[in-house]
Amino acid sequence: MRYLPLSEADRSAMLAKIGASSIDELFKDVPEEARLAGPIDGLPMHASEMAVERELSALASKNMVAGEVPFFLGCGAYKHHVPASVDHIIQRGEFLTAYTPYQPEIAQGTLQVLFEFQTQVARLLGCEVANASMYDGSTACWEAIGMARRITRKTKAILSNGLHPHYVSVCRTMAKFTGDTLATSNPVLEAATDAEALIAAIDADTSCVVVQYPDILGRITDLTPIAEAAHAKGALLVAVVTEPVALGLIKAPGEMGADIVVGEGQSIGVGLQFGGPYVGLFACREKHVRQMPGRLAGETVDAEGKRGFVLTLSTREQHIRREKATSNICTNSGLCALAFSVHMTLLGERGLTQLAQVNHARACEVAGRLAAIPGVEVINDAFFNEFTLKLPVEARPAVHAMVEKGVLGGVSLGRLYPGVDALANGLVVAVTEVVSDEDIGALEAALKEVCQ
Amino acid sequence: MTAVNPSGWRPATPVAGEGSATATVTGNRALMLEEPLLFEIGRRDQTGVDVAAAGEGESRLGGLERGGVDLPGLSEPEAVRHYTRLSRQNYAIDLGLFPLGSCTMKHNPRLNEKIARLPGFADIHPLQPKETVTGAIELINRLAFWLIDLTGMEGVAMSPKAGAHGELCGLLCIRAALEARGDARQVVLVPESAHGTNPATAAFCGYRVENIPATAAGRVDLEALKARLGPDVAAVMITNPNTCGLFEPDMKAISDAVHAAGAFVYCDGANFNAVVGRVRPGDLGVDAMHINLHKTFSTPHGGGGPGSGPVVLSKALCPYGPLPYTARYADGTVKLIEEEDAGEEMPDSFGRMVAFHGQMGMFTRALSYILSHGADGLRQVAEDSVLNANYILRSLEDVLDAPFAHSGPCMHEAIFSDKGFADGFSTIDVAKALIDEGFHPMTMYFPLVVHGAMLIEPTETESKANLDQFIAALRSIAERARAGDAALKEAPIYAPRRRLDETLAARKPVLAYRTPAPDGADSGEGAGIGGG
Repeated sequence: MRYLPLSEADRSAMLAKIGASSIDELFKDVPEEARLAGPIDGLPMHASEMAVERELSALASKNMVAGEVPFFLGCGAYKHHVPASVDHIIQRGEFLTAYTPYQPEIAQGTLQVLFEFQTQVARLLGCEVANASMYDGSTACWEAIGMARRITRKTKAILSNGLHPHYVSVCRTMAKFTGDTLATSNPVLEAATDAEALIAAIDADTSCVVVQYPDILGRITDLTPIAEAAHAKGALLVAVVTEPVALGLIKAPGEMGADIVVGEGQSIGVGLQFGGPYVGLFACREKHVRQMPGRLAGETVDAEGKRGFVLTLSTREQHIRREKATSNICTNSGLCALAFSVHMTLLGERGLTQLAQVNHARACEVAGRLAAIPGVEVINDAFFNEFTLKLPVEARPAVHAMVEKGVLGGVSLGRLYPGVDALANGLVVAVTEVVSDEDIGALEAALKEVCQ
Repeated sequence: MTAVNPSGWRPATPVAGEGSATATVTGNRALMLEEPLLFEIGRRDQTGVDVAAAGEGESRLGGLERGGVDLPGLSEPEAVRHYTRLSRQNYAIDLGLFPLGSCTMKHNPRLNEKIARLPGFADIHPLQPKETVTGAIELINRLAFWLIDLTGMEGVAMSPKAGAHGELCGLLCIRAALEARGDARQVVLVPESAHGTNPATAAFCGYRVENIPATAAGRVDLEALKARLGPDVAAVMITNPNTCGLFEPDMKAISDAVHAAGAFVYCDGANFNAVVGRVRPGDLGVDAMHINLHKTFSTPHGGGGPGSGPVVLSKALCPYGPLPYTARYADGTVKLIEEEDAGEEMPDSFGRMVAFHGQMGMFTRALSYILSHGADGLRQVAEDSVLNANYILRSLEDVLDAPFAHSGPCMHEAIFSDKGFADGFSTIDVAKALIDEGFHPMTMYFPLVVHGAMLIEPTETESKANLDQFIAALRSIAERARAGDAALKEAPIYAPRRRLDETLAARKPVLAYRTPAPDGADSGEGAGIGGG
């Protein structure tokens, strides 16, 4: 077996040193009836690298690859071009095969990267501090609600109907077990968000208002009035960003008064990968940092006075606090945080702004052209790189019909909200820099045909 | 003991302060290169990507234009150098033995990386219509099939993002099953030696956590457990093999007692590497167990994630699993169930734990690893990992106190205590000295039930020569700790940094870079969190 260095001679010599006559003797604590006599029946034996590659490549080839067709899917995961150097760097063994930096003297690479990542995330989201990453956007969103509960000591969270339905589902699952009550509803296919309704719903028992920006339908709205209304009642504003590239062009939630800003960082540096692994972003005000979940890298000095970095404030964490921890999170998303950070470093403000401008310009162009198809309506007034169409037909079969024409034309709201008739004709279309003129033409033609 | 290095070369005993004796202009020391922060070398107008100019046209941003964002950029050569230099300040499994107990730092095969990057897996969107991702769903189902068979369980929830997330999944299943029968139990029992995530998870799920004592032989005290079981106990969380590196021989009796009391058995699968292919937890009465794909099945740790923690479930818990869920039917077929099918197939599911499908990129790597080993290779993995750990245990028990060695062999990790060290010397001194010898230290001070614990997990991917070198280094350090060699306190002296001031970091937290004011004075109190 190519991954196992011990030879039979090694094994014999080691058993002799141990004083055991056989390997089985080392498993003597396992009750007789639970010991398997040989390899489990019905499972294949070991295979060569070539054989495994062949077998799994055959599975991969059954999938329709985003980069090979006109592609317009978003709703929480976005296809952007990732520079080649990002993947090169995250494949360096010193990053790829390191553990959590518990021995800082020999983990300064990872620790400095995390410190830089935290700074980049905080600045991008418009906040004072950020942590070293969460699992993904959906779990970060739930953790933000828990953090708001700890800070305000209230348990009622008001969720905007523009929050990603998977995120709502995750929060609903967790709230069942924590005693939080969540106010939720389905979105409405119209230009206005539910900002006014949210403001009206805030009361003295509210821990936080959770607003996605841009929202699930691609709409953007000023969060300042919601933040002010929340603060007036002693509640917090939690903002959720699933497309961080947007923040190269539009105001950051932290700049508009959000107290906790969480996000899905996949869009920057991390590929689509069928939904994971991704990287959760989590940022907040400095005064709340001791209630923040997740790992934190901090600056310090070594015994010679040289600057260095360590994991810090771990008295919030499970390995110290056990049942009193702020969260049970242990492993986070280190390598994806590295990918995010490398891509962000390559972009810089200049590249990020340009990238965001291209996304927005492309999206405006596509929205204009699709709106010209008879019966098709763009519901958004304002958007970044994603908008929602109201089709004259049900969107879910329309998406399947477009697949027949080799076009991945968007996410139907029927997929995200099964059984909700009012949303059945909604199609969310995302347009990034990877979309070519030919792709736009193909989408336009396919949509025209399926809407007839 | 002969030479530490196979070539016969042996470094002189480190001398305190030697590391800083000769200064260079740059602060670099040949291949040991200092690297500034990105924020000290990057510029806001610099970029390492060329983006086509956006066309002129309308803007539909609703008046929300941002006034800029202070993010420095680097050109590609500068960026590649920045990160390459930083990478060289990391220890990694690719560089040498990484014997962190309970972490299973084994070799990460590069075939897995190649498979995960096939466009058919790497470049597909989680919300693509199912007919366009049949290969991806099949891959998840095939991995699920293996995980079910290797554990002897009934079903598996694939979506949990890491081990602790898997624990949460398992306990939520248990709570949902209890609620379904109208049984509001309050307590989860956890051994003293458990990972910190166990009590944290139980508390999150709304349970009161109580400890179960251990016997002098490092096992769960079965009689004490039985005495505590009652109608208020929802579950017992057991790690098996446990964190002392020992198999729980009474596991079946524990499960039987727990089930008789109407409760469930959660098994922390962090240590599954020791028994994969040789023992099926399902045969021991386990109801739920997470499997760390980033431990047993070799997906890279990446400096702290991403992980992946699928949870295998017993028949009693399957109906309550999260969505999406992978069910296995009587005829052996496997199916991925999402919300829209849930009404018919999984009406009692406790709901969704994450957006989308879980850690697909880890599933591809884990299946690649599993297919490479096959049923026979995985069995050999368990055997070699246990052999390597016992070899370390028996090679060092004369110089390090091995509290459980008298009771027989260990599983895949060997545990030692700091008993016998000179006054004032502790486990951390041994750990830091190992760094100077070119090894990553073992897990320190965990589990808490062993004083000054040193938990060593070599894994099966180390050669005998590597183990011999490690044993020689640790033997020498142990002897110095017993003798009270003051130089140990200075270690490490050859690492990129000496011991770091963690107290300062926590007392005055600096968690983000603050650009210094132009006059050279600090513009911001990096700390500023108050309280101190």
